[in-house]
Amino acid sequence: MTVKVSLTVNGKPASAEVEERTLLVNFIRDSLRLTGTHVGCDTAQCGACTIHMNGRAVKSCNMLAMQAEGADLVTIEGIAKADGTLHPMQEAFRQHHGLQCGFCTPGMVMSAIDLVKNFPDPSEELIREQLDGNLCRCTGYHNIVKAIKAASQTMRS
Amino acid sequence: MYSFSYQKAKTVADAAKVLAKDGDAKLLAGGQSLIAAMKLRLAHPSAVIDLGTIKELSGIKGDSKAVAIGAMTRHAEVASSAAVKKAIPALASLAGGIGDRMVRNMGTIGGSLANNDPAADYPAAVLALGATIVTNKRKIAADEFFKGMYETALQKGEIITSVSFPVPKRAAYMKFKNPASRYAIVGVFVADSGSGVRVAVTGAAPSVFRVAAMEKALAAKFAPESVANIAVPEKGLNSDLHAKADYRAHLVTVMAKRAVEAAMK
Ligand SMILES: Cc1cc2nc3c(=O)[nH]c(=O)nc-3n(C[C@H](O)[C@H](O)[C@H](O)COP(=O)(O)OP(=O)(O)OC[C@H]3O[C@@H](n4cnc5c(N)ncnc54)[C@H](O)[C@@H]3O)c2cc1C
Ligand code: FES
Ligand code: FES
Repeated sequence: MTVKVSLTVNGKPASAEVEERTLLVNFIRDSLRLTGTHVGCDTAQCGACTIHMNGRAVKSCNMLAMQAEGADLVTIEGIAKADGTLHPMQEAFRQHHGLQCGFCTPGMVMSAIDLVKNFPDPSEELIREQLDGNLCRCTGYHNIVKAIKAASQTMRS
Repeated sequence: MYSFSYQKAKTVADAAKVLAKDGDAKLLAGGQSLIAAMKLRLAHPSAVIDLGTIKELSGIKGDSKAVAIGAMTRHAEVASSAAVKKAIPALASLAGGIGDRMVRNMGTIGGSLANNDPAADYPAAVLALGATIVTNKRKIAADEFFKGMYETALQKGEIITSVSFPVPKRAAYMKFKNPASRYAIVGVFVADSGSGVRVAVTGAAPSVFRVAAMEKALAAKFAPESVANIAVPEKGLNSDLHAKADYRAHLVTVMAKRAVEAAMK
């Protein structure tokens, strides 16, 4: 059986026929072809699939597409400005070399934006603690933490 | 994941009706445990009834005597609630330490309690604070609710609607986390109600339990040294790759001591 899921993605209405058991991340990647959202583990451990649903960071691999019915989603493709200007968090990752292979990066950036929204002036310790849902196999985290700290300052000003 | 039929419940009565008709149907709250179990085919419900759209199940009401939290209230909402922080700061901080920020944005108190994972955090708070679990059928006292590993007093078709926590005089929760999953290897919640002390331990055994010897010692004198020499027996404690039973027994005393210290601040 299929069901129709309709929602808003990056400010535009989107809908598709999916199976009831379709995970949100598969709807995003396969139905909408927004492949910036990654699948690292598929077991809710790594955070690579993090997106925003109604303004809050969630792991799109650990929920059904139908749970997002009617919701307002933002994926990594939706945070830069229309003219291509990067979001301050993306820009900070670029400036501070917060990525190597880049696989974890979309999830890191989405999670970090949620973090800074909740903690506008985070200490390094707090960033490390609050980023525990996102794994990176390359960077050793130092530059990611630096990037988030820097972005928290630009996002405040 | 095996296929299933999906529906959004409009009301609790609605959800109960579907559950009564189909014994293999399952409620879906945040899905942080259920979806994972379905992917592993450890759970394969015929139907999934999503509680996400039932407004009345979500929200926090509090006064100086008690805090009532709706079953669908997310961990992140409890952690940031001004009412919870004021009345029972230990509960807000417990909720803020569950899993990671994405899990806390989805996971709910009702789902956590119905699931009764041996390493879950909320059961320790519910048992130590002597909370009451309210369902669509009755009210269940914390002491009657947790029955064993992943087992509760909930009957078929019974739906948690809210949890009511009496406000303690002082309380604190200390957890020794599994660094990968953030679940409790051992977590101890100590609550002094003013008329008695309750100590609840999660993570150490197949289900949350109270430590009577510690409660008695703390009632006589509420100080870390009162529990420093009280050890729980190793027998019956969990032993796995994360920690052996003797280490968990040791951690219970250490975490209890730290919780008492924190509650006195
Ligand atoms: C990476 C990760 C880390 C985690 N770390 C922790 C941790 O450190 N500590 C911790 O405590 N938990 C942790 N969890 C579990 C998390 O807290 C879950 O949110 C919680 O266990 C289940 O809540 P849920 O709302 O997601 O329930 P669901 O997964 O939707 O449901 C769980 C079960 O409860 C039943 N149910 C749901 N709502 C009701 C209701 N109202 N009435 C009756 N039955 C109901 C469902 O049918 C299902 O059987 C973690 C999860 C993940 C994925
Ligand atoms: S792919 Fe979702 S958490 Fe790893
Ligand atoms: S940059 Fe490679 S996984 Fe993080």
